[in-house]
Amino acid sequence: MARTGSKKPGLRVLVWLGVILAVLTAVLAGGTMAGQASWAPKLALDLEGGTQMILAPKVEGGSDINEEQLNQAVAIIRQRVDGSGVAEAEISTQSGRNVVVSLPGTPSSQTRDLIQASADMNFRPVLLNGAGAPVPEESRAPEDQLPKPAAEPTNGSDTNWITPEIYRQFEALDCDNPAQDEQERSDPAKPLVTCEPASGTNPAVKYILGPVEVKGSNIVTSSFQLQQGAQGAVTNEWAVNIQFDDEGTAKFKEVTERLNQFYVAAGGDTGNDPKAQFAIVLDDQVISAPRSLAVITDGRPQITGGFTEQSAKALSDQLRFGALPISFEIQSEQQISATLGGEQLRMGLLAGVIGLLLVVVYSLFQYRALGFVTIASLVVAGILTYLAIAILGWTENYRLSLAGVAGIIVAIGQTADSFIVYFERIRDELREGRGLVSAVENGWKRAKRTVLASKAVNLLAALVLYFVAVGNVRGFAFTLGLTAIADLIVVFMFTHPTLQLLARTKFFGEGHRLSGLDPKRLGAVPLYRGAGRIRTPEDKPAAVVPAKNAGAAAEAERRLTIAERRMAQKQEQLAGSSKSAAKETK
Amino acid sequence: MPSFANFGNELYTGKRSYNFVGAKKIWFIIAAVAVALSILIPVAKGGFNLGIEFRGGSEFTVSNVKTTDAAVGEKAVTDVVEGSVPRVANVAGTTMRIQTDKLTDDETLRIKEGLTSAYGVTDNEVTSTFVGPTWGADVTKQALIGLVIFVLLAAVLMAVYFRTWKMSLSAIAGMAVTMFVTAGVYALSDFEVTPSAIIGFLTVLSYSLYDTVVVFDKIRENTADVDASTRRTFAEEVNLAVNQTLVRSINTMMVAILPVGAILFIGAGLLGAGTLRDLSLALFVGILIGTAATIFIAAPMYAWLRQNEPDLVRQAKRVEHRRAESSSRSGSTAVEPAQA
Repeated sequence: MARTGSKKPGLRVLVWLGVILAVLTAVLAGGTMAGQASWAPKLALDLEGGTQMILAPKVEGGSDINEEQLNQAVAIIRQRVDGSGVAEAEISTQSGRNVVVSLPGTPSSQTRDLIQASADMNFRPVLLNGAGAPVPEESRAPEDQLPKPAAEPTNGSDTNWITPEIYRQFEALDCDNPAQDEQERSDPAKPLVTCEPASGTNPAVKYILGPVEVKGSNIVTSSFQLQQGAQGAVTNEWAVNIQFDDEGTAKFKEVTERLNQFYVAAGGDTGNDPKAQFAIVLDDQVISAPRSLAVITDGRPQITGGFTEQSAKALSDQLRFGALPISFEIQSEQQISATLGGEQLRMGLLAGVIGLLLVVVYSLFQYRALGFVTIASLVVAGILTYLAIAILGWTENYRLSLAGVAGIIVAIGQTADSFIVYFERIRDELREGRGLVSAVENGWKRAKRTVLASKAVNLLAALVLYFVAVGNVRGFAFTLGLTAIADLIVVFMFTHPTLQLLARTKFFGEGHRLSGLDPKRLGAVPLYRGAGRIRTPEDKPAAVVPAKNAGAAAEAERRLTIAERRMAQKQEQLAGSSKSAAKETK
Repeated sequence: MPSFANFGNELYTGKRSYNFVGAKKIWFIIAAVAVALSILIPVAKGGFNLGIEFRGGSEFTVSNVKTTDAAVGEKAVTDVVEGSVPRVANVAGTTMRIQTDKLTDDETLRIKEGLTSAYGVTDNEVTSTFVGPTWGADVTKQALIGLVIFVLLAAVLMAVYFRTWKMSLSAIAGMAVTMFVTAGVYALSDFEVTPSAIIGFLTVLSYSLYDTVVVFDKIRENTADVDASTRRTFAEEVNLAVNQTLVRSINTMMVAILPVGAILFIGAGLLGAGTLRDLSLALFVGILIGTAATIFIAAPMYAWLRQNEPDLVRQAKRVEHRRAESSSRSGSTAVEPAQA
């Protein structure tokens, strides 16, 4: 604080506040110019219109879900929603318990089913594969050359599964632009035509897969590690390990026995028979399709080949997630039309503006010219809050909900309270008889403590609610915390410095009638009251002055300490000099 | 308004003094009765009027309706789901709200179509909300956990700041009264308890403690060297502090309540039931009660909790002794300050 020697204390702080505001505005302007931020704060779904679903994950068997599984769940839902062609969907977790899906518009019932369904992982043998792009019309197989099943398929790898329709479907499938309307989950007993989406440098591949042979629920766990060479030395190759349960082990042994035959028959490593591959299918999409290099009898296959640490971890996570089917229960689903949200926002803002006007009128009425300081402080607090919300909307994707708007309107009162506390302290100091300049400094010293202590309570409430609560309580807590901080900044960097400056103006300093700081109106007792009597600020006028007759008073006075005697003198003078005082004390 | 400024002056000097601390028995009895009533009202009414978030079900909102006839909406629902009892309400102007039991997706779509034609609106003017029955409970449970953590932390914060747990205890007692009475008034109003109302309660919680801290800080200041003073007893110092901050309490309450009241009476009048109305009712009542509870409950309770401390008893005796002496010597009837 520029108190030492500076002629205009407070000015420097005000300049700093200006710098902060300018920097924040510049940041937001920069973001807007770069096309990433916008001047208008981002609105939450309840104001913008759209659908918000709150999903509670449910693990089969009712065990609790941990954070890792929840993050997996979010990844899965994101994949499903993106796959269903909904643009700009937002998926987030809330308090480590729920998944919140926000979509513009109204989701189709398919999208909704898709989101709710549990992860569906299984292993299918590959019958045929091909490049991800659709086969051009002219080079598609003519009718008479289509594969025709000669007999009922005898096992999962039997090409008799491929009917002409399935083959046509396979030819037409475009893995780069998957169909937007996801069909229902495939029938596990029937073949499946699907894609392995492109990942990294690997292009998309499409497959015809046989029926499900091993279910994801047969996986006990999965891990990833650096592959061990023949001598037990660690190589640089990443590998993913799966561990099946007893049922899975038996089934997987059966599958690999068959698939490995294709592998050997095709000439081992140099061969290229798709039937040697089995596909790991999650939500009807192939996530990996390794070849069966050996018969796995112990239920502990290891998948290798071209993994990075990251991709090995991703696959291992997916396998583990598939092993634990999580389904989602819709806890609440809210559809808000854009018009309804807009109407609510307008009405809320209208009410807020009316409320604010009432506050303005009341402050001017109560504090006269000082009321303008309140209003200016509220305006600065409003600008700070707005900038913070707009910038957070850009960087943290913070969205203003109706509850948040309510939080801001409510905060008007608590923000204004800081000024009220401060002004009342200044008035108290004036009543003690101080000049305005020192009243501002002394009042501030006392008010500062009160403001800090009480804002600490507010911040504490906001923090606790933000971290513990769910749903729109969080949005509310956030704005409450934000406004509390804005309030502190404004009180320290605007209201107090402004008053320091104003105290030196003629209008306020001399206590103009309309300044709200008129010592006469405040019943101030001057520090120096002539006849060599100086009142120290510490001894306040007593609560009630008992009327005394002169003799008794003198007697009592003799028995008082010096300080008390001085007090009594002052009281006497007070009682004598002020008519109203005499009336009150009878 | 010179009289208000004068009012502040007189409160400050103690010339005018309201006996908040001395009449504590009256306030405590009023508070006890109010709290008892606040518990009895919901019980007598058969619990709170729980919103759809707590009951679970589907809700449709139809805006810009041609007719506000409830029967049309009821028919649109019963045509699809026989025997269901929808709650149809005109929430504001030309907006209808229809609440039903939980519906299947198919039923939802069909009712939506039915409502669209029944009220002569376009497709995008009908919106639907589905709420699982556990959602509201979930929000409340987390909010309650938050409440307990907050109260504990706030108690520690206040105890450390004021250096006495008695202030913490009194502040929390005042807050508890505020919460109970606010909930009671809410039950009496028959407004639906929605997550917005829960937000309102949580804000009242924070406001109530906030308000108390401001007043207690003045009490702390006034009673800092009460041991050395023979002017006023501890209880009188507390009472003076409350009186000195009375103008601030009134001003703050007014400033806080004006925007909230604007939302409650203007916004809600235009918008009808919804987030803003539920929230602002809880806040409106809570701010009023919270301000009063600080003055009438928290401060007197603090004085009461400390009045039997040996140091303060001795100090009170000294004050009494000095007064007795000065008044017997003066031989006149003295107007004594507030007795505590």
